[in-house]
Amino acid sequence: MPDLYGMNNVPTVVWIDEEGRIARPNDASFASNRFKLLTGLDSRRHLRRLRAWVRGDAPALTPSEVRAHQDLPTAAEQEARAEFTLAWWLSREGHAEDAERHYARAGELAPHDLTIRRGSMRTRGLNPMGLAFFKLAFKSALSGTPLYRPIKDNP
Amino acid sequence: MATTLTLLHDGRCDEITVADPARPAIPEAALEATLGWDLQPEGLCQGPMCIPVDQSALVREDGLDLGVLAGALQRPLVTDEKHAVASLGASHHDRGDALASLEAPDFTLPDLDGNLHSLSDQRGKKVLLVAYASW
Repeated sequence: MPDLYGMNNVPTVVWIDEEGRIARPNDASFASNRFKLLTGLDSRRHLRRLRAWVRGDAPALTPSEVRAHQDLPTAAEQEARAEFTLAWWLSREGHAEDAERHYARAGELAPHDLTIRRGSMRTRGLNPMGLAFFKLAFKSALSGTPLYRPIKDNP
Repeated sequence: MATTLTLLHDGRCDEITVADPARPAIPEAALEATLGWDLQPEGLCQGPMCIPVDQSALVREDGLDLGVLAGALQRPLVTDEKHAVASLGASHHDRGDALASLEAPDFTLPDLDGNLHSLSDQRGKKVLLVAYASW
């Protein structure tokens, strides 16, 4: 799924219309405000828009707006995904030590991609809900790279 | 000495016999069944579509150079020689073009009971696709 849709973190939500076309591209939104303090994401705006779209009260984005909000995958991100696939396979085959350099390389290629960096923590013996994640979040904040990148559109 | 290389690609895991896992080559006869391409005088072909390729670099005694092949298809190839495994990723051009077309990429996933569901089964309805993880 991250590979097909170019997703770099969760939650990622995509609106797809009746014709199977993307009506709103990758967006970061939770279903509630449970994690608002941690993530800074307020789910209410997205939910309000979603309800209006589903009920037919408001349109989704226009195709040109969808395109403008899309971050298409880069060569480095795709190489990172190939490294991640290789590392995952090595881990599953019992070669955790050898997997490590491929996980590390994947993280270097796509440092912002949490489906890789946080997604690999459990197989690497790290706690994705613990210190390893908070260190990653802290470093991302220092470098100015937000972990969650919601679509910035009008209220 | 020939060895077996595990090739991870397109959600698949194929095994091919290679002479040198550091410079893997795929037998030409296995190209179409493995990667869906066919080598023609015009280049690498899928039906009427062909991609030009430097065949002097691609074609080796032991098969088709996987690195050259990956380069021609603009797909990332990463290898682990020690365990004779390679991962051939998707081209960022292919992924980007698919997303830019705004046609939602189709996929099939199992539910908790193992029943398979495809996105395309939902045609005619509005769909909210939510990717989440418990990590």
